[in-house]
Amino acid sequence: MKKWVFRYKFAVLMLFVNLGLLIAYPALGRESFLHTRDNTMEMLYIIPPIFMILGLLDVWVPRETMIRLMGERSGIHGKLIGFLMGSMAAGPLYVAFPVAGLLIKKGSKLSNVLIFIGAWSTTKIPLLLFEAGALGWSFMLTRFVVNLFVILLIAGLTEKLLNASDKEDLNKRAQTLST
Amino acid sequence: MFTVILYIIATGLLIASYLNDRKKTKQALIKAWKAFENILPQFITILFIIGIMLSLLKPETISRLIGGESGFSGMFLAAIVGAVTLIPAFVAFPMASSLLDNGAGIMQIAVFISTLMMVGIVTMPMEIQYFGKKATLLRNSLAFGFSFLVAVIIGGVIQ
Repeated sequence: MKKWVFRYKFAVLMLFVNLGLLIAYPALGRESFLHTRDNTMEMLYIIPPIFMILGLLDVWVPRETMIRLMGERSGIHGKLIGFLMGSMAAGPLYVAFPVAGLLIKKGSKLSNVLIFIGAWSTTKIPLLLFEAGALGWSFMLTRFVVNLFVILLIAGLTEKLLNASDKEDLNKRAQTLST
Repeated sequence: MFTVILYIIATGLLIASYLNDRKKTKQALIKAWKAFENILPQFITILFIIGIMLSLLKPETISRLIGGESGFSGMFLAAIVGAVTLIPAFVAFPMASSLLDNGAGIMQIAVFISTLMMVGIVTMPMEIQYFGKKATLLRNSLAFGFSFLVAVIIGGVIQ
């Protein structure tokens, strides 16, 4: 019970902030609750398939297979898999973190997981189509091509700049987080 | 539309899993729930923050912030706004498009879109939970820096 309260303390705090807003500025507070409701509905729509796939991956894909596909010596294939997985996703970036945690736990190379994160954040296919519609094809395509390199650079640099103990800490987090 | 495809894939895999091994399938669903419940407190917090943010920061306010100033200071401001705010894409792209129509600079818009997608100040606590402080700070600052490069190239290509 105590643990439950501790884990949800910020969520409860934000609920009270929003309630306070509703009392002090009824119109603003109401609008805020409506935004939260709309976003919650959208999240509830997106989340079930992603976490179902995550659970099935965890149970069915052995660590050795994941190491072969996305591990230290997976080469260009690991990068490609990370990129494709991220691009085929749906939902905001913070939904990607639990999936990334699982990929690390199963022995993926950190930079490949960061490529997955990068792709999820900027090259999701539905997003690209929407972007082309709103801002034009040349804007979208230029951003897409430049981002291919930027995603690789960010992933490579982040991994290079972390030392062995940072990586060990990262692996420990992954082991304890996704049960 | 795309989410429908994800549902079809997930359901297909679930059925295949169930036909092969019922016990393992049950285990997978329990793991799915646990992974979700693990992150649920942060999800709820973020959903409230987005709600408050969207009601306080009206599109007009954001437009004034990133559409007004030009040059590097304008770009920097746009990058900060993108990094701090959490605006869903279906709001951000049409907003960016109308800003461009109203005379905002292409580089300001590009850097805003770029940091909005890649940098997440508000979601950092969640990212730290999975990646640790150092990796999270590195990824976000690198993404922030490279957003300017992306913007300058887009600005050069589209005139």
